[in-house]
Amino acid sequence: MKNPELNNCANCPVHNMGNLKKLGIDMSSFDFVVALAGNPNTGKSTVFNYLTGLRQHTGNWPGKTVTRAEGGFEYDRKKFKLVDLPGTYSLLSTSTDEEVARDFILFGQPDVTVIVVDATRIERNLNLVLQILEITDRAVLCLNLMDEAKRNGITVDDKTLSKELGIPVIPTSARRGEGMNELLNAINEVAAGKYICKPYRLKTNQSELNFAIEELSEKIKLEFPGLPNLRWVALRLLEGDQSIIDAIRSGDLGKLKKEDSLEEAKN
Amino acid sequence: MNNNNIKRESILTTANNLRWDVGENLHDALMESIYENATSIASKVVSFPDKKPAFSLDRTLDKILTHKYLGFLIMFLILALVFWITIEGANVPSGIIANLLVDTLHPILKTFTASFMPLWLSGVLIDGAYLAMAWVVSVMLPPMAIFFPVYTLLEDFGYLPRVAFNMDPLYKKVGAHGKQALTMTMGFGCNAAGVVATRVIDSPRERLIAIITNNFSLCNGRWPTQILIATIFIGGAAPAYLAGIASAGAVVFIAILGIAFSLIVSWGLSKSLLKGESSAFSLELPPYRPPRILHTLYSSLIDRTIFVLWRAIVFAIPAGMVIWLVANIMIDGVSVANHFIDWANPVALIFGLNGIILLAYIIAIPANEIVIPTVLMLTVANLSISGVGGDRGVMFELDSVTSTAVILHAGGWTLLTGINLMIFSLLHNPCSTTIYTIYKETKSVKWAVVSTLLPIAMGFTITFFVTQVWRLIF
Repeated sequence: MKNPELNNCANCPVHNMGNLKKLGIDMSSFDFVVALAGNPNTGKSTVFNYLTGLRQHTGNWPGKTVTRAEGGFEYDRKKFKLVDLPGTYSLLSTSTDEEVARDFILFGQPDVTVIVVDATRIERNLNLVLQILEITDRAVLCLNLMDEAKRNGITVDDKTLSKELGIPVIPTSARRGEGMNELLNAINEVAAGKYICKPYRLKTNQSELNFAIEELSEKIKLEFPGLPNLRWVALRLLEGDQSIIDAIRSGDLGKLKKEDSLEEAKN
Repeated sequence: MNNNNIKRESILTTANNLRWDVGENLHDALMESIYENATSIASKVVSFPDKKPAFSLDRTLDKILTHKYLGFLIMFLILALVFWITIEGANVPSGIIANLLVDTLHPILKTFTASFMPLWLSGVLIDGAYLAMAWVVSVMLPPMAIFFPVYTLLEDFGYLPRVAFNMDPLYKKVGAHGKQALTMTMGFGCNAAGVVATRVIDSPRERLIAIITNNFSLCNGRWPTQILIATIFIGGAAPAYLAGIASAGAVVFIAILGIAFSLIVSWGLSKSLLKGESSAFSLELPPYRPPRILHTLYSSLIDRTIFVLWRAIVFAIPAGMVIWLVANIMIDGVSVANHFIDWANPVALIFGLNGIILLAYIIAIPANEIVIPTVLMLTVANLSISGVGGDRGVMFELDSVTSTAVILHAGGWTLLTGINLMIFSLLHNPCSTTIYTIYKETKSVKWAVVSTLLPIAMGFTITFFVTQVWRLIF
């Protein structure tokens, strides 16, 4: 017989916080891969350092993470590999840093993508959030720099934002370590499939575009069944993205679904 | 297999056909709908204060700090202030550490090892390796422990992107990428890091320019050289009450000279070897953030001070051994070091330097940090100054900047030597780590060689002219 009170404790994020083990660069074996994405200078590296115990140089300085950094942490008896991606404003252009971020979210198939957002600049940051939600189903929004938002008198309704986007939204101040318990808990729940995301999908009022995406998606689905981000692939094809064209021609695009069937096998 | 290929190609054909239906401006339409969606979501969840006091403070600050002319003036003043604090603050702790490591510990170690080691071994280990390390610690640690935290505070506050913003139009004018202003500022920390940071520049042409000119940013390892030499020679030439300001001003001048060279060389390269137009980019000015003092002190101590110091120590230990050996291995009754110095001296004098400086820059190729310790050890070995040092290649008690000055003056150094060393410290080959990084980043021996030889050639040219003009006037 389990003691219900003890169970409550084990479910509480504060209790689990004690279970956070910063593993640094030890990533010998891990259960989940977590990607950290976001606009430049929103504090991704600060979140990364907090969770892994590593000391990636941080600074009030856009674009200082050029390549991706990797580290590990253990939480709730599961091992997570955390990948810090370069900060980008969009995933649609073709600069190197954007390609690194996009390819990892798309082909690296992280179990969770944590999108770090500057709470004082939500509207601009949402442009990237919406693009990321087009290519991944499992994401957590880390609403960072809340201390600064408060200082500037900006209030953010995180509950409504979460409802709108269909993913967990966690207000944090990573510099002070505030909200990190809740962030860890949300990452864990999404990774373990306890929280099912219903990511916001772009609404366009152009019927031709919607029709084209539909038709192309169907066609891709036949050749690459089980692909998680059909709509996005279709959209990029319509735009004539060379790397996606190459991925289709070589069949590399099919790698995406392999991961998926692995997931199914696990379940 | 073939069947698969046909199916895949048919997907691409469908995409091509559909592309006609959706029209050419798909990308714009897509971006537009992303912005619309973002705006509509944001309007539901964010509420701004009626008045925006903090924002207007940010804006006022930006108006001043990125002002067309005022911005540059403030930049120079802030730089000068940082160096002045460093110069004024470092002298006393430097003396205390030297007193402990050199005056007190060295004789103890020497007596202890002498009891069971052959003379040459204790010479190499204690008089060479240990003393070089002790000297590096006492010369480098105090200025770094002051300079880096102050620099990090500026960075945390959000000032560095403003510097980049101010510099951007200049870089554009010389045909380089505006982001080079960012990588140049990174180079003020470490050139190898600055070279890696050029990855933010997409165009290979502009990236190469940024890599080759990064060496013109004075790095961590060269700041202490600049500060020490400026204190002794520039500060020494000024009246006492102006000494601090004069030496800080001289260091700022050299730093700005470096920026000027990076612009001039970028211009030269983009007009000759690396022709092309400069590309546009957007630079976000982050909000000003009140720096967290204690956290900054801690992290800059760990990230930068200890890191640089550790590197200096690692390179100083073998260098110390080499110095002891070249000062003690005799050929025809004269040490190897003296052979080189005597041979190099006449050449070096043309450039207003001396043989010791040239030898020091050869020994110190792995790390700029050990130039000054090497110069001092070699000067003492060369002079065998009575009373201060005993054996050849042994460093002795140097408890303050003043005694360093005494040694250098005894070695025949003049104000001109000081000025030329400051110039040469700015314009010489990058350290071996940076050269290797350039090779790794460009995958080209040619560009690594160009980046190595170009600054040396410039350094010799400029010190030559400075020396000739100086001798005409004085």
